[in-house]
Formats: sequence, C-alpha cells, structure tokens
Amino acid sequence: MREKSHVDDIDRSIYDVKDQNTAAYHVEEGLTPGIVEQISREKKDPAWMEQFRLESLQIYHSLRVPDWGPSIEGLDMDHIVTYVRPKSRMTAKWSEVPREIKDTFERLGIPQAERKSLAGVGAQYDSELVYHNVRAEVAALGVVYTDLESALKGEYADMVRRHFMKLVKPSDHKFAALHGAVWSGGSFVYVPPGVRVTIPLQSYFRLNAPGAGQFEHTLIIVDEGADLHFIEGCSAPKYNIANLHAGCVELFVGKNARLRYSTIENWSKNMYNLNTKRALVEEGGVMEWVSGSFGSHVSYLYPMTILKGKGSRMEFTGITFAGEGQNLDTGAKVVHSGAETSSFINTKSISKDGGVSTFRSSVVIGENAAKSKAAVSCQSLMLDDISRSDTIPAMDVRTGNADVGHEAQIGRISDDAVFYLMSRGISEEDARAMIVSGFADNVSKELPLEYAIEMNNLIRLEMKGSIG
Amino acid sequence: MQKVLLSVENLSVQAEDKEILHNVQLKINEGETHVLMGPNGAGKSTLGYALMGSPGYEITSGRILLGGEDLTEQTPDKRAKAGLFLAFQEPLEVPGLPLESFLRSALEQQTGRRIRLWEFKKELKKAMSLLQMDDSYAGRSLNVGFSGGEKKKTEILQMMLFGPRIAILDETDSGLDVDAVRLVSDGVGAFQKNRDKALLIITHSTRILQSLHIDYTHVMVDGRIVATGDGSLVSKINTEGYEAFLEGAAGREEAQP
Repeated sequence: MREKSHVDDIDRSIYDVKDQNTAAYHVEEGLTPGIVEQISREKKDPAWMEQFRLESLQIYHSLRVPDWGPSIEGLDMDHIVTYVRPKSRMTAKWSEVPREIKDTFERLGIPQAERKSLAGVGAQYDSELVYHNVRAEVAALGVVYTDLESALKGEYADMVRRHFMKLVKPSDHKFAALHGAVWSGGSFVYVPPGVRVTIPLQSYFRLNAPGAGQFEHTLIIVDEGADLHFIEGCSAPKYNIANLHAGCVELFVGKNARLRYSTIENWSKNMYNLNTKRALVEEGGVMEWVSGSFGSHVSYLYPMTILKGKGSRMEFTGITFAGEGQNLDTGAKVVHSGAETSSFINTKSISKDGGVSTFRSSVVIGENAAKSKAAVSCQSLMLDDISRSDTIPAMDVRTGNADVGHEAQIGRISDDAVFYLMSRGISEEDARAMIVSGFADNVSKELPLEYAIEMNNLIRLEMKGSIG
Repeated sequence: MQKVLLSVENLSVQAEDKEILHNVQLKINEGETHVLMGPNGAGKSTLGYALMGSPGYEITSGRILLGGEDLTEQTPDKRAKAGLFLAFQEPLEVPGLPLESFLRSALEQQTGRRIRLWEFKKELKKAMSLLQMDDSYAGRSLNVGFSGGEKKKTEILQMMLFGPRIAILDETDSGLDVDAVRLVSDGVGAFQKNRDKALLIITHSTRILQSLHIDYTHVMVDGRIVATGDGSLVSKINTEGYEAFLEGAAGREEAQP
C-alpha cells in the first residue's frame, strides 16, 4: 500500500550521453565572442545589447568560479558552451525523459499539453491564449507585460536599456557575467504610477523562448504608488538536459509602490541553479518575497533587497526542502541604506535523506539608516540523522540607532506528535507529511490558493517513501 | 447477552528496559463504562498508551483484542481504524495544521471515504457548539496556543466526531475548571448512550465521574490491577484514599496471576 515514489532518484544514465556525443558534435572549448555574436544575431539584438553581451563575456573570462559555497564541480566549466548552446541535446525525446519526472507531472496534475514543454522536449506549450487574455486585461490598465526580447525593440526599449543589469551587474560574479553574455527569454513588466494590478501575473515566457528557463531575465518596474504580484515558476519539475540555470531577476519598486514576487522552484534534480535576484526599493515602497526552493542538485540563491528610500520595507518568506543528493544553499540579503527602513526575513528549511540545506542571511545597516529595524528568523527541520542543516547569519550594522534581531532553531519531527496523529487513524507517512506541511505553512499561507495546494502536494510527494 | 468489546489478556509492558505493567487483565463489554483509578505512577497512563500502540512502550507479553480482532502488533493508525480512541492527557501541538483539516483528514482515513466539506463543517460546528468552543478554533493550528481546558475539549470533540467503538479517556478532567468539567462530562454522557460502545476512564480524581453511570471500577497499583468493584468503589476511594490498596499490593505480588 505504501507507494515508493522518490522524485529524486533520477536515472543518471541518461546524462551519460554527453561523452558519447562529443565525437559527433564538435564544440569549441570555452565561450568565444563568435558564439556570443551569433546568439546576438539570432535574437536580432539592438547594437548596444550585442556590445553588452561581449563586454559581459570579457568579464566572465576574468572572474573565478565562487569557492565559498557547495561544490559545482559537476559543471563542466571548460565546455561551458555546451550549456549555452545545447542544440544537439535539446532534441531529446519524450521517451528519454526520466519516468520519475513523468510520474511527478502525473501526480501534480500538470496538464498533458504542458508536460512536454516543462520537460524541455517537443512542442512548446501553447500558453498563448491564456497569456493574451491576461495581457489584454492588464493592458487596459496601462500595464506592459511582455517577453523581454520584444520589450528590447518596442516602445519601452529605452526603459529596458536604462534598467537592464543595472541592479545585478555582470561584474557581480562569474554567473552574472555569463548571464549578461548569453541571456535569453524572460519577462518584462511595467506598472505605471498608481496602477494596482489585482490579478497575479505569471511568467509564461519560461515556456516559450528557446533556452528560456536557463538564462532567462526578468525585469519588473513598479512605478510610484503602483501594486503588483508576480509569480515565477511552478511546482512541476522543470527538466532540462542542459543542467545549468543562471537566471537573473531585477525588480524596481517605486515610491510607495508594492511588489510581491513569489517563486515555487522545482528544477529537476540534476540542475545547478545559480540564480541572482535583486530588488531596489524607493521611499515608502514595499518588497515582499515568497520563495519555495524544492528542486535542483545544487542551488545558490540569495534574493537581495536594497532598501534605498526612507521608510521602505521588505519581507522575505522562504522555504527550502533538500532531499537526497541535494545541496541547497539559500537565504536572503538586505541592505538598509535609507532611514527608518525595516526588514523581516523568515525562513524554514527542511532536509531529509542526506540532503544539505544551508541558510545564509546577510543584513547590512548603513550609516544613514537610522531608526531601521531588521529581524531574521530561521527554523530548520531535519527528518533524519543523515541530513544536514546549517545557518550562517551575517550582520553588519554601521549605525548605533538600529534594532536588529536574529533567531535560529533547529529541530526534528517529534515522535510523540507522529504517534498522536497516527492514533487518529492517520498513516505514519501522512502524519509526517502533515507535520512538514504545517512547518512550511509560513510560505503556503502567503501563496495564492492553487499554488499553496501545489506546494503541499509537492511536500507530500517528497515525503512519500520516506519511512524506512 | 453482552458482547466483549475490549479484551486485555495478561498484558506486560516495558519502557526503556523497565517493566511497568505486569500481566494486566481487563475485559470490557459493549455498553459498559469502566473506571481505572490509582495513585500517581501506578501505570494507568501507560496502559492507555500501550493499548493505543505508542512506540515508546513495548509489549513483552499478552494480547489486546478489540471485537475479537488482535491489535497487539498493529500500528496506532490501524488501531484507530479498528475503533480504538485515546483522549490524551497531554495532547500534542502541530503548528501549521489547522484543526479542521486535521479532523477531516483523520475522518477520511478512518472511514476510507471522502468526506464532503459542507456536511463536515456542519457536523463540526454542531459538536463545537455543544462543547462551547468558539468557531475560530477550527481554523487554528492543532492545539497550538490552546489552554489546557481547550486542549481537553478538543480531545472530546475528536471523540464525538470519530465515534470510536471504545474511548479511553486519560485524565481528561484534570486541569479543567468546573464549567469545562460539566461540558466534557456532558459529551462523555452522550457517548455513553451508545449501547454498542464502551468507555475506559482513567482518572485519579472523581469530578468527571459524578454525573456518569459507572459499571466497574479498577484500582491499579504498581502496574497491576489490584482491585475491581462496581461504581461504589469510586466513592470509597474518594473518602478513604488508596491506602488500603497500597498495603495489599506488596503481599499480592505472588498471589495474583
């Protein structure tokens, strides 16, 4: 009766095609200006973008791979071009997609049409209809909601140029530079002053542009007094043979504006997820992050918020679930540069079956950030003795006039609580899943209902077969 | 003829390598209410946990039968499905698990069928109002931030909704104020009216028993049932305490099976 349904045990053998393929598919070692120019030509970039890509490439070559986090040795940095131009291997067949991934689509109830697209094979999911309806609705409010490539050439080209990779500069780190050189796909949203968008917008574009979901760029500008909720990703495992994700998200929150950015990320468990997300908040603005990290083999993910304007605020609510073979290094950063700013980082992390979950937080309170408040709370739940959970908080306070607090807790599932639930007729597996879902409710209650349900299903799925 | 519902045969139980219950015998028929009394540390709660299948207690000998079905080796969830219920002395808290969805999931797993939301909500509301519990508790995390009395009411609420064949109430009356005792006792009284069900009330006080009909009273001392009588034994203990049983306990060691 007990279903054994590890999502994590992907049949690794399918990735071994790499070596066999090298003979037939010759690639130039390393990423060259020629390749980047070719990408630029194919995308019909404006001249400045081509230049930007080439400069980023130079920076890329000058920077070293970060050495302070989990190992990314599995990435073949000498043949980075195979991640950038994985053409031959993108022709993978549906029949080659690991059965576990297909099963997961099934269990999560992902529509048939969307599965192939999420798996990175075959026809692209036709989200156009949904997307057009949503776009028509928000366009009536004056909201621009389009893919970034179109935005580069259209009416908002100047605005894109003024903001693109200004917050996350290519010089920030090696993978930001790589992103600058080879980015592809992503969303652009502009919400004009005073406009409140009542429906959450979602990043449909991840499904449509070739290479999207790997190096996609999201640029969102919420103008003065405006309000937006943007949702990135979904709970289905996104499967991509090219197992490097180096996306970039730049968020500009205007004066007295509010932006909520929600992510439920479930990359397939071969993925190196080296994503960079950053927000800049003006006076009185509010930035809210809701973040769930479930997938990938290795993650480096620390969304950063710069509270620039007086009285600006940020709240980060996150959950990370690291299972077998996963090393998820996640967290949040905040820089208080304006006075009377406040931040609250509230995260939960779960590790099981030898998974490693590391939570890093960084709080900087600048000299001019008088009367600011920062609170960090991190709770970890370890489901067995072989898993790991670490908390690495950093605080840099440069004004005497600030209120800063940090608390961390590491715990285990209480056997008594499991017995209590079981004594009510609930199976051990379900009892544990209920306790873990409850632990994660800081995130699920912040999500729109259908996403919260998806996330709970995902936790349930991860908990299946977890009883030895 | 009355049917045996719960049969505890020669049950010995140990925890952390120490035997706590020694050859406990107990037979409860349908429609009966039994009371288990005894001084602190006698092993009363251990019996409740062992019957429910707590992993902290190991059954070293004997059997537990419910309606003829042997539950001795069963996991707690199977025991619950068979109709056994234990109202915990110290109910556990589960942050983030709303009371209402917990109750509905438990009912669905016990019955093996989907429970319609609106019907369930109606039932829940009715039961909660009988216990004078505020509606808002339904949406709160299971037992989190509940007062002692609210937790105990929540146990009785579960008993009312699940409708087990036999309910074991472990010190359900302790820590309750007078009004709460009355409400809980009303709930238990209503349960007692089912002639095919039975109750085992573990207590060391007598407050909850005043308005309930009692068929048998057992006295447990040092992990053994040392005396069994009818309902009048309760009032005897109430006035005389356990002294008489304590004296007898040592001498009985050899005589009892």
